[in-house]
Amino acid sequence: METGKLREKIQIMDAEAMRRALTRIAHEIIERNKGVEKVCLVGIRTRGVPLANRLAERIREIEGTSLPVGSLDITLYRDDLTTIAHQPVVHKTEVGFSVTGARIVLVDDVIFTGRTTRAALDALIDLGRPQTIQLAVLIDRGHRELPIRPDYVGKNVPTSQREVVSVRLGETDGVDEVILNELL
Amino acid sequence: MFLDELLQAFFNFVHPALRRIRPKPPNGRPPRAAKGVRSLEWKRKDLLGLEGLSAEEIHLILDTAESCKQIYEREIKKFPTLRGRTVVNLFYEPSTRTRTSFELAGKWMGADVINVSSSTSSVAKGESLRDTARTLEALGADVVVIRHSAAGAAHQLASEVRAAVINAGDGAHEHPTQGLLDLYTIRERKGRFAGLRVTIVGDILHSRVARSNIWGLRTLGAEVTVVGPPTLVPREITQLGVRATHDLEEALAGADVVNILRIQLERQKKGLFPSLREYARLYGITAEKLESAGEDVLIMHPGPANLGVEVSEEVARDPRSAISGQVQNGVAVRMALLYLLTGGRAQDAVLG
Amino acid sequence: MRYLVKGGLVVDPALGPEGRRDILIEDGKVAAVGEDLAATGEARGSRKASHDGHSGGDDLKVIDATGKVVVPGLIDMHVHLREPGREDEETIHSGTRAAARGGFTGVVAMANTSPVADNGAVVDFVREKARREGLVNVYPVGAVTKGQKGEELAEIGELAGAGAIALSDDGHPIANAGLMRRALEYAGPFNLPVIVHAEDKDLAGDGVMHEGFVSLKLGLKGIPAATEEVMIARDLLLAEMTGGRLHIAHVSTAGAVELIRQAKRRGVRVTAEATPHHFTLTDEAVFGYNTNARVSPPLRAAEDVAAVRAGLADGTIDVIATDHAPHTREEKAVEFDLAPPGMVGLETAVALVLTELVARGVLSLREAVAKLTANPAKILGLAAGTLQVGVLADLTILDLEREWVVDTRAFVSRSRNSPFEGRRLRGMPVLTMVGGKVVARDGRIVADGEEKMAEDGSAAGRGVVAGWAANG
Repeated sequence: METGKLREKIQIMDAEAMRRALTRIAHEIIERNKGVEKVCLVGIRTRGVPLANRLAERIREIEGTSLPVGSLDITLYRDDLTTIAHQPVVHKTEVGFSVTGARIVLVDDVIFTGRTTRAALDALIDLGRPQTIQLAVLIDRGHRELPIRPDYVGKNVPTSQREVVSVRLGETDGVDEVILNELL
Repeated sequence: MFLDELLQAFFNFVHPALRRIRPKPPNGRPPRAAKGVRSLEWKRKDLLGLEGLSAEEIHLILDTAESCKQIYEREIKKFPTLRGRTVVNLFYEPSTRTRTSFELAGKWMGADVINVSSSTSSVAKGESLRDTARTLEALGADVVVIRHSAAGAAHQLASEVRAAVINAGDGAHEHPTQGLLDLYTIRERKGRFAGLRVTIVGDILHSRVARSNIWGLRTLGAEVTVVGPPTLVPREITQLGVRATHDLEEALAGADVVNILRIQLERQKKGLFPSLREYARLYGITAEKLESAGEDVLIMHPGPANLGVEVSEEVARDPRSAISGQVQNGVAVRMALLYLLTGGRAQDAVLG
Repeated sequence: MRYLVKGGLVVDPALGPEGRRDILIEDGKVAAVGEDLAATGEARGSRKASHDGHSGGDDLKVIDATGKVVVPGLIDMHVHLREPGREDEETIHSGTRAAARGGFTGVVAMANTSPVADNGAVVDFVREKARREGLVNVYPVGAVTKGQKGEELAEIGELAGAGAIALSDDGHPIANAGLMRRALEYAGPFNLPVIVHAEDKDLAGDGVMHEGFVSLKLGLKGIPAATEEVMIARDLLLAEMTGGRLHIAHVSTAGAVELIRQAKRRGVRVTAEATPHHFTLTDEAVFGYNTNARVSPPLRAAEDVAAVRAGLADGTIDVIATDHAPHTREEKAVEFDLAPPGMVGLETAVALVLTELVARGVLSLREAVAKLTANPAKILGLAAGTLQVGVLADLTILDLEREWVVDTRAFVSRSRNSPFEGRRLRGMPVLTMVGGKVVARDGRIVADGEEKMAEDGSAAGRGVVAGWAANG
């Protein structure tokens, strides 16, 4: 981003709200999959990874089963590498289990245009042939550019194009909160 | 969400006003950027040499290569990253390893790769490098990988084309991708550079591999010794911050890494050493001579090795030798470079 | 046509101490030199004298040289005019115009043409062509050996008879010491100096630049300083043995300067020249693989440049010559290894001498002028290089103050291969006169019809003239 400044507008979610949303999503995952058999969580780097770990922890608390968690780096699958001004750093993909036949739940912090999810689907499918792929996000801010719809949503937040949603997590940012910012 | 990551980085580090209004996190640590959000970006159009590259830039390449190397664990060795891009391998000198590893790197990244070698192009017909550059430009090459017997050829090409130029070896000047893969191998095996004792053995005078290694290793803080007969070790080499000696035993004592250069028979014909036999006797690396080196010494060779001349077969097969593993690292490093050099240069970010 | 050059500081070692003098030129010769010469004996002279380019009524023109320096016509004793053979690089027509623009009234044309000037016919051709098309005096050099192959002596007697003023296999050093000895001996009676390009080809190998730290960094093959020095040492010993006249071209190393210094002390009949590029640039000019910095002998290290300057200062090096070696853009736009060595020099030399040597106090103006006039004239036996009454009026006017930036696009040479592109210099030739005729003025060629137009319109001499890219 070379554009200038952001102004913090409003806190959309605090730590407590985030905890409740993740707990609800954990229940929904169990319900939708009629248990957790073959369910694996794959977080999209960067903030999808701690969210996937938290969901796995909630599910373990509820079901007593520890689900495998992987992390996916989708940098090499992006469709906008030639146009963005700053080039993202390529990180490792760490999926320590076979995705073939698994029921994969992709986890990300925010869904916006859907392009990140599209890249993640490609990246995942290159690793094998999952039985199903579902999508869990903490925030859905709208403005989809692709026919992609999340299966699990922590909170729907209607936004304008001038606004930016920032998810901060204890693991990466030292605090749990979601902030709506405005581009100045 | 990359955008969010970047904004987060911006938030945390760039904008002091925002930092002031934000409460400190409960644990008292200042908020840090998400792992992997680097302030450093790749800004160069070309990779012409390791001279002048910062330690941060080298580590960025090596980090990216480490991620790219994961492709070896995958069944489907293909990324769509460079789909629609054209990589031209322009080779004025024969090369198998370098050319094929660039070709694989390009193809695995989804690019179209064209190989132009001196036997198939108009190079043999006397077409100048400048003419060739114009042709490549007209064809829409995005990356040109050039190997040439003349030092400076990559520089010349880079000044003629908009495409990113990667120097795959120019005369006795530099061979930066070989240097980077050597650095990658050292980092992978040794985990550090600072204070590491690296000995480079052989024809330093004519070696572009030696020069690239020296630049990179010195930048990263390693101690470099070069050794070879006086005819192949230029006196001025010490001005690059390396130690020079003609005594192999002394050069190997306590070495953490030994990089063995290929000796070319044509040098003997030019009177630079009397015979391969004598060279092997004085400077060939054998298990016996290696005894004075560190116990876990890493043995490297840019390949292809003349077994029994600069390196004995026994040493080449030694578990401490990285000679075959270097090839995989070569593809990873070249994938990383293709990624970094084709990166976006547009002004506006696209919100994703 | 008569000219009165008024008010300039005349610097001519042959005329004694420099001072403000006027020079009257009649019938193409210097007719009078003195203080406050009147335009003629008649009163009208004083009325017109201050206006540059205005006729005094008869055919007398006054050239106002106030604030300028008037020197004998400069002689460049090392130039490759390329004709016959490589007219794409330079011709006698274009090369003599470049010389005129650069302030030179005479150039010594090297023999490595195609065909080689190893016989009377080629020397005749050059002289005849120069007479018809040349703008300045052209003094041809004959080859030492047939075809410059270093195998058999050329017919030196015939060359001398045809008007060759020196002998040289420049560019092709004579490897065979026995042959070199014979050349020095045989040339004796003709009183022709043998000009040597000192280079041991075996030691040079396939080197393309000075051997040192820069070549190491660039990965370019080096030419050690000893390449030049071993050959100079040999030739000095041969000159000493034979008593022959040896002139060493383009001295580039500290060791070479010292060898010549010692030989001169011993009384060897040796003279030497240095080029502006060797007293100005180091091998660092090659960084970036700039093929215009490829030259033979190569640009050397800083110590060598300092030694060449010291050699110029103490008289070890007698002459400043350009080794003007034009090459086309196409020839130079290749890999450094493949680029032909050589650089043009005629249009930058004087400014480099003034900027690098005179302004920095390496040479006095008088010494610098001697190395461009009297010294080469003496070595070559030319009745030139002075403004004494009676000689042909070859004269150059210098403006020491004018600053300009080298713009090779403005060169009138056919080639642009200068490493000095973009360099800021101080001082330039502002008028060149050959045999009493103005041939260049303010960076512009004045010839044939152009002369009339320029003089009548008084355009020349006013302000900045297009082409010099003058600054300030």
